[in-house]
Amino acid sequence: MGLGAYVGVSAALFALGIICILVRRNVLYVLMGIEMILNAANINFVAFNRFGGNGLDGRMFAIFTIILAAAEAAVALAIVLNVFYLFNSIKPSEADLLRE
Amino acid sequence: MSEVLLQRAFYGALAFLTLVALGAGALSAGPAGIAFALFAALTLGGGVMCIWERSVVRSAFALMATFGGIAGLFVLLESDFLAMAQILIYVGGILVLILFGVMLTPPDLKERSLVRVGAGTFVVGACTLWLALQVAGSVHWAVTSAPRDGRTPNTGGAREIGVGFLDANGYVVAFELAAVVLTVALVAAVYIARRKRSDLVTAAAGPGGRRV
Repeated sequence: MGLGAYVGVSAALFALGIICILVRRNVLYVLMGIEMILNAANINFVAFNRFGGNGLDGRMFAIFTIILAAAEAAVALAIVLNVFYLFNSIKPSEADLLRE
Repeated sequence: MSEVLLQRAFYGALAFLTLVALGAGALSAGPAGIAFALFAALTLGGGVMCIWERSVVRSAFALMATFGGIAGLFVLLESDFLAMAQILIYVGGILVLILFGVMLTPPDLKERSLVRVGAGTFVVGACTLWLALQVAGSVHWAVTSAPRDGRTPNTGGAREIGVGFLDANGYVVAFELAAVVLTVALVAAVYIARRKRSDLVTAAAGPGGRRV
């Protein structure tokens, strides 16, 4: 399969992640959408590295993305728990303390 | 009752699209095409299921299919180490974290609205399709096929990645920086998620007590 097929899959996964964030009213779906978007970027990095450049740059980028995604997931989960303790709800629209 | 029918129609359509993708892959590129179509269908089907399912637990498990499919795509892209790291970290780590989040928050089975799902899919899908057509029509990539001959066939193995990490001319600074970032983020996560003494008092007063 050529480069275009991988880029196409990556674009579709990116769109699914955006839809997941926009459509569902639950913070956990926002997290899952972010993971999908990061994974879509990873597919692109690895595909371009495989078909294009000679070094390891793309794969290294993908590894650092995975590392940062792990850190992001841990912090995001802690924030979700705190939001739930504070507002007794995990809808993103109900965390509105700064608006008052 | 109609919920059951809807669910059946959705999974029927998903299975049908998977079969179509497998057939198209087999016709266009033989066994390699079948493997690619299988992993791509796993990836995208998991994503679609994640958006569709009403229960967060089922969405999280659908996301597992997505991550597994991406690991397969990495194998097809000759990046064995990345595929392994993908399964270890995403399926074994991040998904478990999300499931923790699911278990620590109340379920809300009435949250999904088909109108929102349909409208969001239509708008984002149309935008993506338009952008993809623009890009496909205007950008000419220098490489679209297999890499040139005379290169090492596999540069994504564990040995190459490890040497790249530790080589002084490689990625050692980024590697150390990532270690520091990970440490700081995890300590911060533990600190944020910790329940403070006042919270424990509130929690003892009643379940889900709102802190004032």
